[in-house]
Amino acid sequence: MSSHQVRVSNLRVVTSDAADRAAVLVKDVSFTIPRGEVLALIGESGSGKTTVALALLGHTRAGCRIAGGSIEVAGTDVLALGSRQILDHRRRRVAYIAQSAAAAFNPARRIMDQVTETTVVGRLMTRNAAREKAVELFRSLALPDPHRIGERYPHQVSGGQLQRLLAAMALMSDPELVIFDEPTTALDVTTQVEVLREFKRLIQERGTTALYVSHDLAVVAQLADRVVVLNSGEVRESGPTMRVLGTPTDSYTRSLVAAATGREAVCALRREVAIAASVGVSGRGDLSEPLEPLLSVDGLTAGYGKVDAEGFPSAIALRDVSLVVKRGGALGVIGESGSGKSTLARALAGIVAPAFGTLRLEGQLLEARMERRPRKQLRRIQIVFQHADAALNPAHTVAHILSRPLKLYFGMHGTERNERIARLLDLVHLDRSMAARRPPELSGGQKQRVNLARALAAEPALILCDEVTSALDAAVGAAILELMAELRRELGLSYVFISHDVSAIRAICDEVTVLYAGQVVDSGPLRRLDDPAAHPYTRLLVSCVPEMRSGWLEDAPATLGQLGTARLDASR
Amino acid sequence: MSPFVTPETRSEIPATKPGAAATVTGRKRKSLPLSGRIGLVMVLFWVAVALVGPLIAPHAPGAVVSNKVFGPMSLRFPMGTDYLGRDMLSRVIFGAQYTVGLALAAAVMASASGTVLGLLATISGRWVEEILSRLLDALICVPSTIFALVMVAAFGSSLPFLLLTAALSYVAGAFRIARSLAVNLSVQEYVQAARVRGEGRLHIACVEMLPNMIHPMLADFGLRFMFIVLMLSGLSFLGLGVQPPAADLGSLIRENLSGLDNGAPAVLLPAIAVATLTIGVNLLIDSLPQRGDDA
Repeated sequence: MSSHQVRVSNLRVVTSDAADRAAVLVKDVSFTIPRGEVLALIGESGSGKTTVALALLGHTRAGCRIAGGSIEVAGTDVLALGSRQILDHRRRRVAYIAQSAAAAFNPARRIMDQVTETTVVGRLMTRNAAREKAVELFRSLALPDPHRIGERYPHQVSGGQLQRLLAAMALMSDPELVIFDEPTTALDVTTQVEVLREFKRLIQERGTTALYVSHDLAVVAQLADRVVVLNSGEVRESGPTMRVLGTPTDSYTRSLVAAATGREAVCALRREVAIAASVGVSGRGDLSEPLEPLLSVDGLTAGYGKVDAEGFPSAIALRDVSLVVKRGGALGVIGESGSGKSTLARALAGIVAPAFGTLRLEGQLLEARMERRPRKQLRRIQIVFQHADAALNPAHTVAHILSRPLKLYFGMHGTERNERIARLLDLVHLDRSMAARRPPELSGGQKQRVNLARALAAEPALILCDEVTSALDAAVGAAILELMAELRRELGLSYVFISHDVSAIRAICDEVTVLYAGQVVDSGPLRRLDDPAAHPYTRLLVSCVPEMRSGWLEDAPATLGQLGTARLDASR
Repeated sequence: MSPFVTPETRSEIPATKPGAAATVTGRKRKSLPLSGRIGLVMVLFWVAVALVGPLIAPHAPGAVVSNKVFGPMSLRFPMGTDYLGRDMLSRVIFGAQYTVGLALAAAVMASASGTVLGLLATISGRWVEEILSRLLDALICVPSTIFALVMVAAFGSSLPFLLLTAALSYVAGAFRIARSLAVNLSVQEYVQAARVRGEGRLHIACVEMLPNMIHPMLADFGLRFMFIVLMLSGLSFLGLGVQPPAADLGSLIRENLSGLDNGAPAVLLPAIAVATLTIGVNLLIDSLPQRGDDA
């Protein structure tokens, strides 16, 4: 047997449309993984990294096919296998850990039945032996109550636990190769650290050969021995992790590393239009002089469901939240999923009516419900949503989308309106020809720019940004952040910037509020994030953001151990 | 195929994702799969027969042209003759006109009013929504054929009443589909963005939501058309639909039923006509959502 567990050479995957229009998704990709090593496939969305990973299973997504090359896993030529042999290949030799554990588990069946299913159906083990093995894996993955957790249903465990259970499922058959496909991308940072730590320990203990697919360089730096950088289906660079991430030679890898280490650098690389004032990304630092409050929120309590006798909704998402946004300021609201940060944006916009509390815009009381707010107030607060594609009506052209606020708020018509639309497109650095396109024809970054332009069309004082960069690739997100900082300087806008991403908050905000379980646990200027006197939860959040240096993961647990209890105190 | 199948069991099929449906319009249309093409040809054929058939029909529908009843297919009478010795080809052509025309008009009425009511229920307050939903729920409880029988018994069998009965029987289903589509769309972020912007309800319904539900509603319309064809044919077969001397495809089967013993083409051909029309629509509809899906 060769020393290489996996050998992929000149792999080529194409779409199986009519032959003349076939698009090449993966072009001549070659790599090897020595036994017991972890190789990371790095790339942005659409780079073909998942396509390569699936090809190792002998699988392609509907509409694609493997057009050439060879794949060898543990001495077996995967592409030569028949349909029965390929099943056996997937049962015994290769395991796949998907990005979304919640989507990978069947919600209607017990976890244990699903974890043991493959081995039992494939007659690799008896049912009892499989159960024992599963419990042993649960224990080694540090899952709570390993004997009984299998009796629960998927919705009864947390997201991080479910991801580890998925890993247990994958390792049941002691596979020759484990494929991790962005296994922690859907998790909160604090959960991600726990899961990564368990994955790393397991890989080391068992000497697992693994392919780790990710866009997150910092995560990759903790786990992988070697990396392969993919871009539009082609290998751009490969080599030992620290060499590639430390001293990248390829221009594309450099832009990826730059996006991960500093947002300023990537903007300089990526921007087509050079802007004179591209010194600092945000105007932070020189805002010491007192600014008048633009929006003040006092004692905001909001939630969903039926309202009880005292006026509390049955599910409270926000409890007694107070904050102030200064004119021209950018307030970052940070928190994990379920912390109520999206509810905050919706309450400020009037989509969710708060149960208690007052909102004031420029000193004037704001009505709780948007239906009651006068149009003038609606115009002053605009909201930009996370999912750029869901926020744009797919049936309308960009020009139509941008024309509505102009018509509604300013009564603009004809050439005046068209000129304004063109100027708005200029403002967000989109080509004027985009006006005739429809959202499905735009890329993610372009859609988010159109979203921003629509908000700007209203000439607002305040823009609520709900996770605006979370669905975008790092470099695209960095460009959007840079654009937002530029707009803020030029137009004197204020932002409420809601995010779970500490580095995005750092890039654009000058004040920060930390939400935990619907309550404000910490607030202050941006430097509060690095203040040792900050609330333990704030420090936990900041310390859990992965760093690119190797050995970060080993350092993190120490802080986590101390903070684990503090975190519980904050929640109860 | 029985006319007693309710459309609700079938209508879930064409409901595509709103986004997926809309992308089809943005790009060049993909070609239909083979089954869809066959369906399209069958539907177009019957629409053409209904439109231009009467101009080229060899005889008037009521003219007794042969002294032989239940005559076989021949050069002179390509579809044979019926129980009075009339030319079956001409009878089927005029019958198709009634069946296709009535069903089309009724389906348009049912789908259009269902869509309007569905949108109205979604954008109006709770009370309007509750009242509309409960009223149409009540309507949906009544089996459509029984409902049609009661209507015909009470008001007689005139063409306008047949039309109204068919439309009324199927409006509740169309309302359900339209409302569920509209409710899904109303929580989309672009609809929320429009609401936060301060847009009026009418604008939200007509400009933001309607364009994104047209595709699934069209597919639903096709299904509804098919069920109305079956219902009207069923009514006519019972003698409660289109009244003599006029005849739709259903009444043609009924009046020639006595020819069934000797396998007369007069009873078989109208049945085949109903079958090809409904199967054609079904094939066409079934192949529609696939175009949206692979976008």
